[in-house]
Amino acid sequence: MTTPQHLEASSPAGGQAQSPVGERGAAAVALARTDRAGRGRRRTWRQSLRKDWQLYTLLVLPLLFLLVFRYLPMVGNVIAFRRFRPGGSIFGDEWVGLRYFELFVNDAKFWDVFWNTAVLGGLSLLIVFPLPIVLALLLNEVRRIWFKRLVQTVSYLPHFMSIVIVAGMVFQIFSVQGTVNQIVAAVGGDPVTFMQRADWFRTIYISSEAWQTVGWGTILYLAALTTIDAQLYEAARIDGANRWKQTWHVTLPGIRPTMIVLLILNIGTFMAVGFEKVLLLYNPLTYPTADVISTYLYRIGIVSSNFSYATAIGLFEALIGLTLILSANALSRRLVGTSLW
Amino acid sequence: MVTTAPTRLSDRLSRPSAAARGVRDTRGYRVFTAVNVLVLVLVMAVTLYPFVNILAQSFSSEGFITAGQVNLVPRGFNVETYQTVMADRMFWRNYQNTLVYTVVATAIAMVLTTTFAYAISKRHLRGRSLFIGIAVFTMFFNGGLIPNYVLINTLGFKNTIWAIVLPNAISVFNLLVMKAFFENLPAELEEAAAIDGLDTYRTLLRIVLPLSKAVIATMILFYAVSFWNSWFPAFLYMDRAELYPVTVYLRNLIAGATTATSVGGGGADAMTQVAANIQSVTMVLTVLPIVCLYPFIQKYFVSGVMLGAVKG
Repeated sequence: MTTPQHLEASSPAGGQAQSPVGERGAAAVALARTDRAGRGRRRTWRQSLRKDWQLYTLLVLPLLFLLVFRYLPMVGNVIAFRRFRPGGSIFGDEWVGLRYFELFVNDAKFWDVFWNTAVLGGLSLLIVFPLPIVLALLLNEVRRIWFKRLVQTVSYLPHFMSIVIVAGMVFQIFSVQGTVNQIVAAVGGDPVTFMQRADWFRTIYISSEAWQTVGWGTILYLAALTTIDAQLYEAARIDGANRWKQTWHVTLPGIRPTMIVLLILNIGTFMAVGFEKVLLLYNPLTYPTADVISTYLYRIGIVSSNFSYATAIGLFEALIGLTLILSANALSRRLVGTSLW
Repeated sequence: MVTTAPTRLSDRLSRPSAAARGVRDTRGYRVFTAVNVLVLVLVMAVTLYPFVNILAQSFSSEGFITAGQVNLVPRGFNVETYQTVMADRMFWRNYQNTLVYTVVATAIAMVLTTTFAYAISKRHLRGRSLFIGIAVFTMFFNGGLIPNYVLINTLGFKNTIWAIVLPNAISVFNLLVMKAFFENLPAELEEAAAIDGLDTYRTLLRIVLPLSKAVIATMILFYAVSFWNSWFPAFLYMDRAELYPVTVYLRNLIAGATTATSVGGGGADAMTQVAANIQSVTMVLTVLPIVCLYPFIQKYFVSGVMLGAVKG
């Protein structure tokens, strides 16, 4: 323990005369000091609770929240293995083993929506993921600050729009009398009922996704670009690198960690394609390409009340997601030494 | 260090770095610059077009819209559609619901996020990494739609405000942003507070929170915008129209219009076709608060994302 005298000498604010509770305060500081000095020497839980009980009380409500609204539903997934009766226990009534899993594995409809999910997720990864990188690199070459700022301000805007608004815009622009059909008519084509055509759904989904996310997606890349050391460009120039080569050998490696982290996150959410957006945009005519795992289980579970069957599908999807993100993370740690945690 | 003024961060993002490189421009680069400006102008045009389009439609008469003649400028200019929508009492009722849900949900979320973030920002707190782990794990694995639905129904939240304001009260991303901010506050401040005899609660309220105005403003905006825009929880848990937020009101307009036009699609509500100009007016009125506030709040969002990116 540090002596009070020693403490007084080191902390000018801790004069006992000025503060009536100085002693207790000093003791607290002393505790904090020794704690920092003697790292590795751990206190017991009882000591920690006595000293930090106020901090622990701050944790009660948030942890209770996570327990009830995050972890209880995780446990609630047991109804994938149990028969569930609406009105009965939320954890189901009797064990039925893997019955519901066998049900969907043998369900041809399930594999259709599984395929649709993989295609939509894959297209997003392939097309929507690289766009912010390109836009950030283009913005990086702009010299007039006001112009750069203008492009940024405008391109961030769609990010703040509700998905319902985006869906509303999509319906209007792709409607029979909408802008796209006006262009089709102008080049002499017949109007296309885009929103009712299964072969157009993926194009519409991906383009609306790009519209909403490309601008906002540049932020992290632009942030990474500002951290690149200017001396690296100078050195590259002395070595005779032109602008293209500077971009290739300095700029891109500079934002590589950001790219990899975002790629991992994107791969992790690859199967969780925009449920809400698909739900708003699709209709029975576009089901052949639009119906994804999450919308399928929504109809089975919520609309038709097959809770256990839908939970089994949902659990399967969540496990795929977890596996994807863990393996993407492990892979990137091994290959490039960057990982999320 | 407390150097997280949002303006400075957004300034840093807007700094032109190409100029600093000082290479003499080749002819090829000058061509590239011109093309680049052109591409960026095109990006802006494509981004803004849908907004201008719904604005134009909202002031147009239905005849011109169904004839496919409305793009950038209103045709058959009128404000009657606005009068029609604004005369609908359900619209205002739902708008008011959106306001109430947003305010209550944001308040709850802020209390839970701030207290949680403050506690786990203390490096000496025993069990700290366990608490962080408990929160972070929910980012990668969640209960899924059906167990959540069963839970909310069992709790008796159906058709109550709680179904909307409670289940999404902590966003782990926001939590980590706030934690990072608190960790960067100078430890000396709180040591001085302890010497003055302030306990943890008072230190948080009187010392830490006043110093964290920037991050608090950012978090409030993050939450408020996400609750303002949310529609699915209300769609799932509300059965009565007078409880809907305005996003669900709008969703029903759009869905009514599509089931009517899709051949063999709906059938049941084929009578509820909603004119495009009514949809447009409702959309304009829904996004109006966000678009008006947007220029002022944008920099806070940018700095929030940056803070979160420091170590997520």
